[in-house]
Amino acid sequence: MRLTVNGTAIEIDADPDMPLLWALRDLAGIKGPKFGCGIAACGACTVLIDGQPVRSCSLPVGGVDGEVTTIEGISAGGTLHPVQQAWLEEQVAQCGYCQAGQIMSAVALLEAVAEPTDAEIDDAMAGNLCRCGTYPRIRAAIRKAVALKLARA
Amino acid sequence: MASIGKIARRTFLVGAAAIAGGVAVGYYYYRKPYPNPLDNELAEGETTFNPFVKIAADNTITVIAPRAEMGQGVATSLAALVAEELDVPLEAVTVEHGPASWAYFNSAMFAEGGPFAFYDEGMVAELARDAMGGLGKILGLQGTGGSSSIRDGFDRMREAGAAARAMLVAAAAARLDVPIAELATRDATIHHLPSGRSVTYGDVAAAAATMDVPASVALKDRKDWKILGRAQKRIDMLAKVTGAPIFGIDVDLPDMLYGTVRMSPRFGAKPIRFDLSKAEKMPGVVKVVPIDTTYGAGFGVVAANTWAAFRAAEAIDVEWGPSGYPADSAAIASALRTALDGGAGSALRDDGDVDTAFADAPRERIVEADYEVPYLAHACMEPMNATARLKDGVLELWSPNQMPTITRQLCAGLAGVDQEKVKVHTTYMGGGFGRRGEMDFSMYATLLALETDGRPVKVTWTREEDIRHDVYRPAAAGRFRARLGEDGMPAAVDMRIAAPSIVASVLKRTFPSLSPVGPDKTISEGAHDQPYSIPNYRVSAIPVDISVPVGFWRSVGNSYNGFFHECFLDEIAAAAKVDPVAMRRRLMADYPAAVKVVDKVAEMARWGEAVAPGRARGFAFTLSFGAWVGEIVQVADTPSGIRMEKMWIAADVGTAIDPGIIEAQLISGAVYGLSAALGQEITFADGIVEQSNFHDYDALRIPQCPEFEIAILENFHRMGGAGEIATPPAPAALANAVFALTGRRVRRLPLAGDFAFA
Repeated sequence: MRLTVNGTAIEIDADPDMPLLWALRDLAGIKGPKFGCGIAACGACTVLIDGQPVRSCSLPVGGVDGEVTTIEGISAGGTLHPVQQAWLEEQVAQCGYCQAGQIMSAVALLEAVAEPTDAEIDDAMAGNLCRCGTYPRIRAAIRKAVALKLARA
Repeated sequence: MASIGKIARRTFLVGAAAIAGGVAVGYYYYRKPYPNPLDNELAEGETTFNPFVKIAADNTITVIAPRAEMGQGVATSLAALVAEELDVPLEAVTVEHGPASWAYFNSAMFAEGGPFAFYDEGMVAELARDAMGGLGKILGLQGTGGSSSIRDGFDRMREAGAAARAMLVAAAAARLDVPIAELATRDATIHHLPSGRSVTYGDVAAAAATMDVPASVALKDRKDWKILGRAQKRIDMLAKVTGAPIFGIDVDLPDMLYGTVRMSPRFGAKPIRFDLSKAEKMPGVVKVVPIDTTYGAGFGVVAANTWAAFRAAEAIDVEWGPSGYPADSAAIASALRTALDGGAGSALRDDGDVDTAFADAPRERIVEADYEVPYLAHACMEPMNATARLKDGVLELWSPNQMPTITRQLCAGLAGVDQEKVKVHTTYMGGGFGRRGEMDFSMYATLLALETDGRPVKVTWTREEDIRHDVYRPAAAGRFRARLGEDGMPAAVDMRIAAPSIVASVLKRTFPSLSPVGPDKTISEGAHDQPYSIPNYRVSAIPVDISVPVGFWRSVGNSYNGFFHECFLDEIAAAAKVDPVAMRRRLMADYPAAVKVVDKVAEMARWGEAVAPGRARGFAFTLSFGAWVGEIVQVADTPSGIRMEKMWIAADVGTAIDPGIIEAQLISGAVYGLSAALGQEITFADGIVEQSNFHDYDALRIPQCPEFEIAILENFHRMGGAGEIATPPAPAALANAVFALTGRRVRRLPLAGDFAFA
């Protein structure tokens, strides 16, 4: 089975029913997307498929028909994505386990809406659970990422 | 508080782990230092000065931060303590967790293990603290919990840095043939100012390590701190924003197999009939084996990948035995209420004469209320997992755990190897909250490693296994009554709290041959040890024998006693028509640190001023883990339900090592408490936990999260913790705000059972 992940074509030998998450983690060795629930309820496994945020734990790998982007694929040429940079500057992460998923959701949000309102941020991020309660810093980091993105553009 | 006479009649309950650890290492006596575990692990060119510092010839400086990094920032702050005294920038230091070792004992985790309030500085309490802290050293118990890491490491880590620096300077003086007094250190370099010559730490590390360890070292004055007392960039932040594979679940080893477990959903029950044939024939399955441990019985699956293991575990055909505890939540609640009706319990606070004070109380001066809270799961974001390999008589574990030395001990027993033949690699943790102080996930991985002919096996639980096989925050019930005095203040308060004993439960699964002794102070902590002066004031803990496994959940007994105690004080204030904050100030007058916290949070929230229409506020205070914390929540009535708008927190932690990390922990602890208060409960039907995943055991999501305003105070003369301290007052502050908004007093959590929340 052929997948395009982070711009690279990879060949994996997977049961088509296997969730994309486990194909990435156990077969392709891509560990950024995390296992949290297995039922698309926590967002830790969020990846982008053709730019859209998807819960990879609940998507059979056989049904993937687009380019997959994981957190490993968003920092081109050693430069952090503005969202990652903002996360770093706001010191968002605590345990950090949910943060790859949070960052991927935020990346997708800012691709869709350049300057989201507070309500749009809440809506876009509601599917990503954080047990450490980093939400106030996530909000601050998304606002900072907006500014960083505009400055880079 | 407790008098000498009362204490003498009691036996201290030290905690299961401590008693148990004594079996293994009790022969170590108090003053003897443990060997440096780094001696056996040095890379080429590396030198070690003590168990906390390694320096390589190329000037790479490695600090061992031997506590579980589960989000609380401990790796950063422990490294900062060393870096400050070593005179190196924090960015220049590489931080490792290090091996499991008795050298990394935690004294502070035990120092407050006696039945004394934090503010009790009487002779008996202080002697007990010394003895209990010493016990932590004697037992060599390496553990992370009790919000103790920085309190434990504050002196030890700074001394480790200062001692290494002194040895490096002495070696430089010899190398350069100059007096020590003419040398200065900066950025891992030793400068001889008169001649302009310098050597790096790496240049002289090997020579320095042969120098005598200084008998004593002078630590910097606080005014000279460059790193401590200031918010630092966390050492783990870059890894965490780039998705680096740092967690237990990310472990990847050559030739690795994958596994999972399916354990009896009824605790203590075994399979009474099973058929593994279907599971064994599933694609990718290597082996399905029965598992039977002190944590439970069930099956382990070894497979080619995690998903195959999950599917096979689901396909196991099994009938489980019955439970040995009340089978549903109604029966459990009934057992708790029966306990409240029954025996006296242990009064860990008994001031004045409560019985006499109530004997002649007129009915209209009495306030009475019953409260209850459910079991709670930890629900760490990273499901339980561990990786094990048993090869050539050596057991190697990669485990995201909070208790490396006990993990080593119990897993050695399962594998039939000596403890010296067990290597524990403690990884980063996707949340801990007390759950990862357990050994089950490491033990199951060890058992499956016995089946794989030397190949490593990574054993990952499904979320369903994780929620249904937790060690839960105990369900608890409380019965409270107060007699109001003529001045509207409580003249007498009697509190009875019934809950299963955490210590008894922990012992049963970790060291079943041992029996607990004395009262379990976790039952009433957060109620019997609060800084209020009430003339007649009794708090009794009543243990209830329900064999559902219970454990340490962020802030432990404080998590429900904060709710009980502070909601009941709010009820007293309401009955007496006294402002609840003003009432606290009067009751706390003997404890200036507490009053200052209350004053600060009230000032931040402008308590007492009119609140906008459709809004209301609630206040609560809890002293826990040595920190004094006041919280105010503002709620609003909205068309879609009650919304938490804002939360103010003032916390006195004595000395704030990293205000940025402490602020994050205060918000984190509060969100953890609010999540539970709002919607979380673990319920039982037919002896089985009914919840299974985040769809029915959720936590606060970003749209529900209030804004926060935080103040960190440093008034009290002893340092407090940070990781758990904001959790206990949060449910009470919320419930009191909801009462102020609606006029309805709800005495049961979660509140979502009675109110709609936006």
